[in-house]
Amino acid sequence: MVTPRNSGSVVRLGLIVAASLSVAACAHKPKPAFPTQTPAEAPVQRPPERPTQAPGAGPVSTAALPGSERDFVINIGDRVYFDYDKYSVRDDAAPLLDAQASWLKRYPAVQVRIEGNCDERGTQEYNLALGARRANAVREYLVAHGVEAARVTTVSYGKEKPIDPGAGEAAEAHNRNGHTAILSGARMQ
Amino acid sequence: MTRFTKRTLLTALAALPAVTLLPAAARAEIEVNVNRGDVQPLPIAIPAFGGGQTGGDISAVIAANLQRSGLFRPLDPASFVERDLNAAVQPNFPSWKQINAQALVNGQVGVVAGRLQVDFRLWDVFAEQQLLGLQFAASPENWRRIAHKISDSVYQRLTGEKGYFDTRVVFVAESGGRGSKIKRLAIMDQDGANPSYLTDGSGTIMTPRFSSNSQEITYMELRPEGSKIYILNLETTRRETIGDFKGMVFAPRFSPDGGRVAFSVERGGNSDIFVMDLKSRSTARLTSDPSIDTSPSFSPDGTKIVFNSDRSGSPQLYVMGADGSNPKRLSFAAGRYTTPVWSPTGEFIAFTKQTGSEFHIGVMRPDGTDERVLTSSYLDEGPTWAPNGRVLMFSREGAGGGSKLWTVDVTGRVLQPVPYPGAGSDPAWSPLLN
Repeated sequence: MVTPRNSGSVVRLGLIVAASLSVAACAHKPKPAFPTQTPAEAPVQRPPERPTQAPGAGPVSTAALPGSERDFVINIGDRVYFDYDKYSVRDDAAPLLDAQASWLKRYPAVQVRIEGNCDERGTQEYNLALGARRANAVREYLVAHGVEAARVTTVSYGKEKPIDPGAGEAAEAHNRNGHTAILSGARMQ
Repeated sequence: MTRFTKRTLLTALAALPAVTLLPAAARAEIEVNVNRGDVQPLPIAIPAFGGGQTGGDISAVIAANLQRSGLFRPLDPASFVERDLNAAVQPNFPSWKQINAQALVNGQVGVVAGRLQVDFRLWDVFAEQQLLGLQFAASPENWRRIAHKISDSVYQRLTGEKGYFDTRVVFVAESGGRGSKIKRLAIMDQDGANPSYLTDGSGTIMTPRFSSNSQEITYMELRPEGSKIYILNLETTRRETIGDFKGMVFAPRFSPDGGRVAFSVERGGNSDIFVMDLKSRSTARLTSDPSIDTSPSFSPDGTKIVFNSDRSGSPQLYVMGADGSNPKRLSFAAGRYTTPVWSPTGEFIAFTKQTGSEFHIGVMRPDGTDERVLTSSYLDEGPTWAPNGRVLMFSREGAGGGSKLWTVDVTGRVLQPVPYPGAGSDPAWSPLLN
């Protein structure tokens, strides 16, 4: 169901997730190290980790072209996380959404779709409704921060599109998210 | 040895609710064991019907059906004393008493003018009396349906309740790993036989539901850009959407007369319940609450709708008039309640319930009393009723595992997987076929 355009970013995010988890483990940080949004400056700190993952596998790329989808995914972050059965934007997600709003205002041709996702600890129909609330919460945040409403559509995938196939609290926390998918208007990498 | 009669088995059925008063922990131990408790399944002999391979196949399907109901114990054919029964003459009762068969089903298969013709008889062994003698005919490829119809006849004669064996189940056939699942609309017989796909897997199919005439299915398809609700005619294979809506549409379900579909529409993040008249295509809004309102299910008389709402702060069950009037909360015990489904008999509402880290299938009276939890697992979800209101089918998924279809009877005593080999979810049981 996820479009080819998006599946690439899911893979990338998976690598980043793995990296941040192992870092957390080394530092003996109290859990949950993920998916608590790291503080405001953190999103731009993530990218250097990535090229060191799986060397040789996949293209070793240069810095993302500003205004490209890759720029958005890596340098801004395309996903924010929610608490169990909640749809309010968490305080720790606000900096990332602020950055999304700024980026979208800088590249006004970009159209996005907010995809609301849920963990599997709920039934399908309820989760479709909950995912719609989450997608709408992200959309309202972006619009309130200056992104034109017409550029932002929403959809709910309920619990149909988990990004983490595992079970347990960590996987569930990953899977409760709002994904900002770029539909069109980004610069080609 | 007590002579069995319709009355004794009915008495046994009436005694079932006592079993369900056991606490949940005790009940969990007796799952799958159909012999525990105060109900003994009835020993029944079903020798291979005369008429070659098809005769044996038909007997085997009847035995499997009756066994799975939990109310019957088909005896091992190796123990049979009388062999080569002739359906036209009375069986040798002492030889069946000798192996404690209380009932005997025998029959003969023939082909008349290209059609399969099956005569069968049901005997009360200890009363030495014929209880049923019927004949069914069908085209040869429909031999399983004849077996199901005979199963229904035997079940009804011995329990006094209608059977549920000549039915089909529409469901979602799953393949692929979590996160990249392919979910296709599929249909099979209630015993898992004759599965076939109805969609190609390009969209994610969810929540199929039968109409009361078994000819139409409504379901939701999820695509990257949104969702649509379709109605598929099984006979013509024609499918059409109920319309284009701004926002998500989901959770469709037919009214008992098949003339309307109730469903949820999401607008600006908020989901409410609507109903569409399929002839006029006019849509009426039934809820206007800033909460999640979804999973509508009509009462069998069409006058009420039970639904799921989190208006109290957590998902709970509510009932309202079919016009949206007088919503009233039904569920008050601890836990999160979703997917309510009214039983075809009107006797119960089945639901999914979540307590702590477990999911359950349960039933309650339509006024919210007499709640009984029937199952417990990592993830049980989405019950559907057999047309006689005695058995529920649902999806069960382990942590990190695929989803399988299971059944449980309303007492919680008989819990077992559906003999369909693949992964499946979201079952919906058809009415009895004609």
